Amino acid sequence: MKLTKLLTSAAPAFALALGLATSAMAQDKTKVGFIYVGPVGDGGWTFEHDKGRLEVEAHFGDKVETVYQESVPEGADAERAITQMALQGADLIFTTSFGYMEPTLSVAGKFPNVKFEHATGYKTSDNVSVYSARFYEGRAIQGHIAGSMTKSNVIGYIASFPIPEVIRGINSAYIHAKKVNPDVEFKVVWAFTWFDPAKEADAATALIEQGADVILQHTDSKAPQAAAEKAGGVITFGQASDMSEYAPLPRVSSIIDHWGPYYIARTQAVMDGTWSSVNTWDGIGAGMVGIGEISDAVPADVKASALALKAAIASGEYHPFTGPLNKQDGSAWLADGEVADDGTLAGMGFYVEGITGDIPN
Amino acid sequence: MDLSSISPVLLLASLMVAATPILIAALGELVVERAGVLNLGIEGMMITGAICGFAVAVETGSPLLGFIAAAIGGALLSLLFVLLTQFALANQVASGLALTLFGLGLSALLGQKYVGVKPPPIAKLHIPVLSDIPFFGPVLFSHDIVVYLGLALVVAVWYMLKYTRAGLILRGVGENHDAAHALGYKVIRVRIMAITFGGACAGVGGAYISLIRVPQWTEGMTAGAGWIALALVVFASWKAGRVMLGAYLFGGVTVLQLNLQAAGVSIPVEYLSMSPYVITIIVLVIMSADKSRAPASLGRIFHATQ
Repeated sequence: MKLTKLLTSAAPAFALALGLATSAMAQDKTKVGFIYVGPVGDGGWTFEHDKGRLEVEAHFGDKVETVYQESVPEGADAERAITQMALQGADLIFTTSFGYMEPTLSVAGKFPNVKFEHATGYKTSDNVSVYSARFYEGRAIQGHIAGSMTKSNVIGYIASFPIPEVIRGINSAYIHAKKVNPDVEFKVVWAFTWFDPAKEADAATALIEQGADVILQHTDSKAPQAAAEKAGGVITFGQASDMSEYAPLPRVSSIIDHWGPYYIARTQAVMDGTWSSVNTWDGIGAGMVGIGEISDAVPADVKASALALKAAIASGEYHPFTGPLNKQDGSAWLADGEVADDGTLAGMGFYVEGITGDIPN
Repeated sequence: MDLSSISPVLLLASLMVAATPILIAALGELVVERAGVLNLGIEGMMITGAICGFAVAVETGSPLLGFIAAAIGGALLSLLFVLLTQFALANQVASGLALTLFGLGLSALLGQKYVGVKPPPIAKLHIPVLSDIPFFGPVLFSHDIVVYLGLALVVAVWYMLKYTRAGLILRGVGENHDAAHALGYKVIRVRIMAITFGGACAGVGGAYISLIRVPQWTEGMTAGAGWIALALVVFASWKAGRVMLGAYLFGGVTVLQLNLQAAGVSIPVEYLSMSPYVITIIVLVIMSADKSRAPASLGRIFHATQ
């Protein structure tokens, strides 16, 4: 069989299979759709979004119907998945990964009556809102604990894609690790995936073999936790979800995303007809970012100072990006006491001074 | 840039761990395709093997029993493919894709209670004297048993296909099933055995990811490894030795590029990140410049009355 023939016969079969998986149902209640980048059982990012979806169901009961499609690749295929969901009669669609930004806007243009909400992006339109959490606030606390606890002074960071959200996280963690430990060094590995447990584990192992005794991750699965546990003597932080199965060691704390209240509020707005395009960016203070319990493996004084930092960030008294801060090339960014504005943070594409290596394009 | 932070011994050890799952799965698919059957369900059988192996290893405390269960799980799932394509004469491409989707769903269901559970560790081989040789000992003689199983399988598959009567029959069925049938060989039976073997191999490959490489159970954790194995068979021109080369190259460059990134090498990350795919394809395509081609009956449905 020729390859072309093989592919042409494969395509309709594949489309059919996916179509069946999300077949439409008649509806007269508010239909809320979710597009996920990984499987709901990833134990991290997508898991928390799906928890939000379940909270919507629990809150509204019969008045709402939710649908979701998992493991939707970012890029061209996302447009097909979102279109299909809109065609099925969804009133509100949450697209929960950065790479869905352009597909979401494109589909939103074709379905002016459907409301769209895109997570972690920055482009809005009449029927597209964006929402995200200030994960960098949590990263500051991770950096603080990591810098205090590292013995090798090497901190490994598994990054996913070079987008502002990930870069903010690296910068925030680095600034706060450096603050408590001037000798600290960051090794960043770009995995170019959100979810690939084997690759995430390989990346963690590579970092550990090169001397890292703290692993921070910005990918969605628990694989780096397992790799760290296997290696021993390494600490990690839960990403997006608590990942408490790996507590007290290697997981010493976590960033927990809490989307439920936002999803409920937006669904309510659609029901009431009050929905409008907004740009939401909430942090620890508003409860969108939670800090998982700091385990007993963390020394008491470090734990106390980490909690103090959390309280200061939550109350708004301290901003993780407060000057004096320079960019990686040494040029001045923030003057003493100056606080970064949201615009710069939202589009952040540079490292702060002290981090080595280049950000891929 | 500090290349001294990369330890060659550890690197080579990680390389073998990264290569083994796709190696074993690809060898299974090689045998299946040599028998003239195209099974696109490797991903589904791998992930099913991953959870079957994980569950049994956790319940019994024995990783070895886990691997056996993974082989059985993968083989059982492949029997579904047998039923569809060999008896119901369904399209192999569609059936294979269905098998992948089914396997992903089934494994997610089976794995619900195993999320966050830790599997029992598998012992690394320690051969007195050999394992103690500096450099070569840790690199060659102190891995888990499955790494060696993968290498042994390469030799076994190569020898079987090239030098045994069974291999000749299998290839005959794959090249021209009508002729093989006319000669009195049981085409369907040969293919069923090949498909089951392929399923068992895919299962073991999947279990290697969930029991050793990661080690944990996460839904969808094979994340495309089955498709890599499938591509590897084609680029390796259906030859066992080249499958091994391809798998080690792919696994090796994957691990190497992560290490180079961690060491801060000044090659742009984009190039490093695509390097496993590019290098593996280039090397295997250059090697396949000889007259190798696909088995002639690949993907064709056989029925004795035709």
